[in-house]
Amino acid sequence: MLEIKNLHATVDGKEILKGINLTINPGEVHAIMGPNGSGKSTLSYVLSGRDGYEVTEGSVTFQGKDLLAMEAEERAAEGVFLAFQYPVEIPGVSNTTFLKTALNAVRKHKGLPELDAMQFLKLIRAKAKALNMNDDMIKRAVNVGFSGGEKKRNDILQMAMLEPSFAILDETDSGLDIDALKLVADGVNSLRSAERSMLVITHYQRLLSYIVPDHVHVLAYGKIVRSGGKELALELEAKGYAEFGSPEAA
Amino acid sequence: MAATEQTVEQVRAVTEQKYKYGFTTEIESDLAPKGLNEDIVRFISAKKGEPEWLLEWRLQAYRHWLTMEEPTWAMVDFPKIDYQDSHYYAAPKAAKDKPKSLDEVDPELLATYEKLGIPLKEQAILAGVEGAGDMPAVAVDAVFDSVSVATTFKKKLEEKGIIFCSISEAIREHPELVRKYLGSVVPYSDNYYATLNCAVFTDGSFVYIPKGVRCPMELSTYFRINASNTGQFERTLIIADEGSYVSYLEGCTAPMRDENQLHAAVVELVALDDATIKYSTVQNWYPGDENGKGGIYNFVTKRGACRGRNSKISWTQVETGSAITWKYPSCILQGDNSVGEFYSVAITNNYQQADTGTKMIHIGKNTRSTIVAKGISAGKAQSTYRGLVRILPKAEGARNYTQCDSLLIGDKCGAHTVPYIESRNRTARVEHEATTAKISEDQLFYCRARGLSEEDAVGLIVNGFCREVLKELPMEFAVEAQKLVAISLEGSVG
Repeated sequence: MLEIKNLHATVDGKEILKGINLTINPGEVHAIMGPNGSGKSTLSYVLSGRDGYEVTEGSVTFQGKDLLAMEAEERAAEGVFLAFQYPVEIPGVSNTTFLKTALNAVRKHKGLPELDAMQFLKLIRAKAKALNMNDDMIKRAVNVGFSGGEKKRNDILQMAMLEPSFAILDETDSGLDIDALKLVADGVNSLRSAERSMLVITHYQRLLSYIVPDHVHVLAYGKIVRSGGKELALELEAKGYAEFGSPEAA
Repeated sequence: MAATEQTVEQVRAVTEQKYKYGFTTEIESDLAPKGLNEDIVRFISAKKGEPEWLLEWRLQAYRHWLTMEEPTWAMVDFPKIDYQDSHYYAAPKAAKDKPKSLDEVDPELLATYEKLGIPLKEQAILAGVEGAGDMPAVAVDAVFDSVSVATTFKKKLEEKGIIFCSISEAIREHPELVRKYLGSVVPYSDNYYATLNCAVFTDGSFVYIPKGVRCPMELSTYFRINASNTGQFERTLIIADEGSYVSYLEGCTAPMRDENQLHAAVVELVALDDATIKYSTVQNWYPGDENGKGGIYNFVTKRGACRGRNSKISWTQVETGSAITWKYPSCILQGDNSVGEFYSVAITNNYQQADTGTKMIHIGKNTRSTIVAKGISAGKAQSTYRGLVRILPKAEGARNYTQCDSLLIGDKCGAHTVPYIESRNRTARVEHEATTAKISEDQLFYCRARGLSEEDAVGLIVNGFCREVLKELPMEFAVEAQKLVAISLEGSVG
């Protein structure tokens, strides 16, 4: 599904990722944990193609294709999805308009016919219902006036609609209370399948009790310093990240 | 190539192969010699068989115009116009040899219409297809060059006593109405361009809605500028008698021209007791190329008089075209409890300049006005909102709410807001809000990460920014306008 080899990346000339190696197979859920400033968000932006993140070395292959050669929108159309740490507000654009435009752009890329308004509404209503989102929420402007939990659920709704084969969840748990966290985790879990892989980025083990990963990696100062099973998350929760050194040591 | 240019390019390609598709058709222009003098004014009046009083009015305006100076206060910059270098009259001699059906029209041109979502029947009218006028829902009075050649749906309107015709016809058929109202909202001495219009206007639309009648359809005029070097001086007069209602749509496209073309129209609206006029414009004239060459100068005077109690005039405009826009659709709120509204989207790209806004003059008691202006600048364009809210001493309880938002795309464009507020009544309440924002990189990336191209993302974000205004447009126009908003910003990012 996804193969990251010796990935180095800089932001504003500063090297943040210093040789990441990671292979994710279809259906697997990998968690990346690590202290602040370890490069977790940089990794998610590099994979999703945000401008300003320069890859200086290494490769990323996604379903046999060179991911790094694609524009952000091509990656999305090919099936890469980023659930944002801070979903962005777009005033005046309704959720339905936004998602219809996005879904039809992705469908067009895949050579599928565009959905008409009726087909689309039926689909989004069904998906929103599964996430406990009412009609009012899907009609409102994208993330405008949404609570933290609503914004995250809205991102998961987008994921459910776009049906990516690889989803990156960037600190999806940040700013969520326990009820909101459960709702979001339920939404994510319902999207787990044998064909869909996920990369869950988080500081805390808490999220991983709800979205149970197959593999856990520790990212510290630009490198993956340790990998293990889901029990590694519990160990980190108990011990902290101190043993992986400080920025100066890296 | 950006779509706007493409549109223009296609239209130009078609018009240059004049006879092949018959788009500009074989109509020979009955052309007045270049230049402007009293003889030309007499020539125009004579050509149109006008009554003596109108000729006198034109001459009075012309003589006054000679004493006036071009206004320089607007934030626009353009080379001096040589008013002697234009033809002031061009009329089609015959309407034969039009395309017989859409099959005979250049498919490229139709593709452009398609892109804008113009309904098939309207496409036919725009392309000048013979007999395309029998269409439902929208009555189109197509202004071809300066003279109306097709007025549709007249019969149905006549049954209700509604008059919808060219102003020339109105001058012949309903002189008492024209004489009573023409120049009553925008007097002949009003301003440089309006005064010029009074002297040399060639045609335009006339609407009269009788007492208590609700006009059963949207009335629509497509303006187009077809003959080279022809200044356009449209004159529109709409009168809504007591208790009546009318919604009027004005939309336009123009083919490419090397020389700048002056367009100085005058629109006058009169709403009597309990009458409502809704006037919507989508303006998509040639804005000039990406280097700022060519393009239309759109110097328009639009004004509505809410003469009667409880009357209402609502202006909605989407301005995406023209090299220079100088336009302030205004309301004179004379009747007690009358309402004025102005909803505006002005998009400027490349080297376009727009200085646009409104004037709300509160005279009557409890008069209310709402102004929502959205300016979008991209490329090297300059956009200015200029608005006046004036509350006169007798306007007890007058209220105004103004909201001005500017959106910048890129770092070489400008947005300016110049509000004037004059209140001479202590009970009046005037509110003004203004914001300026840039499309954020976060928003663009968020859209792209969902599969939208950068241009689609900009189109979507800008449409969201304009939503409050676009939702005021009649359905027929709203879809077209949304596409236009996106198309006019193509190539503005990256």
